[in-house]
Amino acid sequence: MTTSAVTEKNSFMKVLSNIWELVKKIPPVFPIFFVLFIIVSLLSPTYSTANGVMAFLRRTAPLGILAIGQMIVLATGGFDLSMGSIVTLVCLVSSLLLANDEANTYPTIGLMLLLGAGIGLFNGFVVTFLKVPSFIATLGTMLAVRGAALYWVGGAPKGYFTDNFRMWGRGYIENVPLVGRFPIGLIVLIVVGLISWFAFHRTNYGKQILAIGDNVRAAKLSGVKVRLVRMSAFMVSAVLAVIGGVMIGGYGGVNVSIGEGLEMDAIAAAVVGGVLLGGGKGAVVPVVFGAYTLEILFSMLNLLGLPKPYKDSIQGLIIIGAVAYVAISQRKKR
Amino acid sequence: MKKSLLFVVSLIVVMAMVLTACAKEEVAPEVEETEETVVEEPEEEVVAESPGLQMESAVVAAQFFSMDDYNQSLEWMANEPVNPDDPIYLQYLLEDPTSIADYPQYEQKDGPYNICFSNAGVNNPWRVVGYTTMGEQVLQLQDEGVIDNFYHIDAQGSDEKQIADIEDIISNPGQCDLLIVSPNTSEALTPVVEQACEVLPVVMFDRYAFTDCPVVSERPIGGYAFGISGAEFIVDTLGEEGGNVLAIRILPGVDVLEQRWGAAKVIFEENPQLNIIGVEFSAYDSFEVNTIVTDYLARFGEIDAVWMDAGGTAVSILEAFEDAGVDYPKAMVGEDQNDYLGFWKENGLNAIAPTFPTYQWRTAVLASVMFLQGEIVQHNWVLPQIPVTDANLDDYYNPAMPPLHYAQCGCEDMVNYPDAWINVDVAKYDNLND
Amino acid sequence: MTTTTANGRGLKKFFRSVSIPPVYYFLIVIFLGGGLLDLFYAGGQIFGNTAIMLNILVRSVALGIVAVGQTMVIVGGSIDLSVVFVISLTSVMSSYIMQGETSNVPKAILLVFLMGAGVGLVNGLIITKLKVNSFITTLGTSLIISGIINSTFSNWAGSVPRSFEFFGYATIGPVPFSVIILFLMIFAGWFVLSRTKFGAHLYGVGGNEEVARLSGLRTDRVLIIAHIICSLTAVLTGLFIVSRLRAGAPWVGPDGYYDLESIATTVVGGTLLAGGKGGVWGTLAGVLIFSILDTTFNQLGVNPYLSIVFRGLIIVLAVASYTIRSKKEAA
Repeated sequence: MTTSAVTEKNSFMKVLSNIWELVKKIPPVFPIFFVLFIIVSLLSPTYSTANGVMAFLRRTAPLGILAIGQMIVLATGGFDLSMGSIVTLVCLVSSLLLANDEANTYPTIGLMLLLGAGIGLFNGFVVTFLKVPSFIATLGTMLAVRGAALYWVGGAPKGYFTDNFRMWGRGYIENVPLVGRFPIGLIVLIVVGLISWFAFHRTNYGKQILAIGDNVRAAKLSGVKVRLVRMSAFMVSAVLAVIGGVMIGGYGGVNVSIGEGLEMDAIAAAVVGGVLLGGGKGAVVPVVFGAYTLEILFSMLNLLGLPKPYKDSIQGLIIIGAVAYVAISQRKKR
Repeated sequence: MKKSLLFVVSLIVVMAMVLTACAKEEVAPEVEETEETVVEEPEEEVVAESPGLQMESAVVAAQFFSMDDYNQSLEWMANEPVNPDDPIYLQYLLEDPTSIADYPQYEQKDGPYNICFSNAGVNNPWRVVGYTTMGEQVLQLQDEGVIDNFYHIDAQGSDEKQIADIEDIISNPGQCDLLIVSPNTSEALTPVVEQACEVLPVVMFDRYAFTDCPVVSERPIGGYAFGISGAEFIVDTLGEEGGNVLAIRILPGVDVLEQRWGAAKVIFEENPQLNIIGVEFSAYDSFEVNTIVTDYLARFGEIDAVWMDAGGTAVSILEAFEDAGVDYPKAMVGEDQNDYLGFWKENGLNAIAPTFPTYQWRTAVLASVMFLQGEIVQHNWVLPQIPVTDANLDDYYNPAMPPLHYAQCGCEDMVNYPDAWINVDVAKYDNLND
Repeated sequence: MTTTTANGRGLKKFFRSVSIPPVYYFLIVIFLGGGLLDLFYAGGQIFGNTAIMLNILVRSVALGIVAVGQTMVIVGGSIDLSVVFVISLTSVMSSYIMQGETSNVPKAILLVFLMGAGVGLVNGLIITKLKVNSFITTLGTSLIISGIINSTFSNWAGSVPRSFEFFGYATIGPVPFSVIILFLMIFAGWFVLSRTKFGAHLYGVGGNEEVARLSGLRTDRVLIIAHIICSLTAVLTGLFIVSRLRAGAPWVGPDGYYDLESIATTVVGGTLLAGGKGGVWGTLAGVLIFSILDTTFNQLGVNPYLSIVFRGLIIVLAVASYTIRSKKEAA
């Protein structure tokens, strides 16, 4: 009897510890996000209405997309500092090319995507063939792209975005059951997220990216086309920056300071989502939640009435904390 | 390992605490100081309860604000121009004549002249329109053979760069007969502007440095008037009942912008029925501004009026109201930017657009040439500054102009109007020297 | 004949011992290119004017001083993004404490240097003890400082006394005082890096930390000291800026992009971003290249946005010229 009780207890503990093992595998960003979300909806009635939640999801969608792009480059062990400038380029140049004519919208977006792919290709080329560290390469393109965008439009935005351009960042699909209205930007995020999730977690491509970030030589020996994969990572990142840029421009309208500092926000979101700088680790969904976690935290600070600049301090503490957490838990494993 | 972790964390915390503690402690007297200068009548000392007025972003830097200047602006707002028959960009509200004869240190020469322009930046739509107007004025004067070379040196919004830029001009005295300066910030540029005055005549406009050495200091009535028009409009509209007011500022530390907020703050503090729920900096970022308004709507439920120190992002603010599914504010303050005027007309807003007219850019060139030619100019040249209201909205809103055009450009009589303002190309004016 | 070869060998030896960083070829090209443009478009007004040439050096002071510190950190295989807000912090706190009074100057200077050392120490500790990536650490501390100063000072704070303006404006003979300080800093940086034990250790840590540690180096301590030095140079830059601007404000650091610019000038100067190789003389050339570009483009009336594009391309091209022959993959 005693023995059976002991075994029962043991098996119970085993189940518990199994559950605990599973729980430990959940990236901490998920529970943190949901706790913060609950706090925020208690603080403000707006965040407990479908409308308020949808507005929040809409606002953060572009950062989620940028964070995915940044994550892919970070996972190869690189940086993409040119993202913010690409957003500036998209907003400023589109305002010029649209010329207030709805018919120009899709050609313009198409051109921007091509430009973005070109910038990504350039970044990738400089890193893989000229062997310039991506931090420096993308710092250079960051300056060059911003300068070129400002030169192209003559220093400040020229025109206005058309309504069907703005729709991508600002619009809603009305009369959706349950939630009332559903942001188009969120649909873009979900589609981009699904595609990148599939590519990153269900195909060889993702494994190759992580392998390069983990150990380039080993990856090369196991037959990964390192240069090709690395260049493609920069292109994906730049193209996602263009998509994010269209949404950001659509959300707020045109202005000069748009895009400044976004590369750092994207890196912060990725880091909160568990990405390791130096490469070898990364996942799509936690990174998107990283972006949402940062934003919900800022909303909370605002609802608590804290001055806005503290947002920076909190963001700083969080990214250090997130990386320290990963570093320490990894050391424990060893 | 754990020890070091604890050590680092406690170090950070201690550092943060020390920083905030000593900073806060020392800031406290400054806040009192500014409030003393702001609230003049001691018997009426209103302790503002509005949360927004307690924020750090609501502090007006003492060096930019004086109650005397505030009162003087009020006086000027009531003045009629001395010379109403001249075009608006040459009118002045008070007489303060001077000419090159008053400055024996500067040599009078015959034209054509070489003029240098040290510009704080062309980094927002207001400055783009202003610089376009200026560039077109220079082109016309070049065609008339009055100006030879015009060197534009863009500081890109950096004090450091502008100081170095002006030092280069001082080092090369033969290059220009006169220097036009639009300082990036007042205090920082003061020493170098004073040095420049010793070498060549200086004309200053838009933002001012803290010096009287320029031969002409020229701008419309300025920041105080801008702030007063908007704040009074809010007070009048909301009446006895008052309501929630959100104040959006672009950035701190620039004289004309500090004065706009400083003046509005005086009025808000005199009207405790207004609850100033927040004072925030937008850095001209329309995405940011949308987020700010959405957050305040979430926190306070209702915003009755929005005061702005510049209207560049006014339309984004109104869109945030739209997106939140609430009515537009009962009183809206923007600027004479064309998109805002259009939005106002289309949606029948109850709104005002205080202005800081861009025609002052043109005046700077004209005043420079007049001075060099020995004509009478105004030493302290105060241009008229007329707000856009419902009554004159149709005079200023022009659907043919682009959304980021500024209505009061005073450029309608120029050769290339309206093309040069529709297809703006500021690069065209970068090299007006051959 | 033998003598000539001997001479040749001697010359070669001499050049090898001096080892001019390759960035000086770029500097010469940029200088000559600027001079030619000047000759054709401005009649030699710019490069023939010693005052303007001196101004090029003055333009380099703020960036140059902090770039010395950045070079040390990068040589050690680390990076420091927090310099930008250490500069802001210095400018705000010093001008706030000085309040225009000369008697407050020593107190202010002491305090800002202590604060700078504190920031450097925290950076170093987080990087070495918590093993947080230096990019994230210093981005994080930068944001933390930014939040603190922006929520306590939203504006110009206090002012510096006229007596303090000598740092920014005084000249000794024809040479600006600040330029002398810049060269003293460069010299000190060179001395520390190549003539002291600490310098040698820093190269070791930057080259291969594991090896350095196994060979008995206290790598953590070396890196922490490097970070403290870097923050102190940022403080000095902050003091220079505040003496130029007469007052400090929270935005003076980010306005000058001192974080990314100091990194850019360091790597353009030939210091390896991964650490272990490089030096301050190269960095000086990197800073001068940017200043010459600024001055030439200003004087010739080149569109300022094109000059930003040019800057970006120079960064990429200069660094590519050093790395292109490398066998190692870059990331």
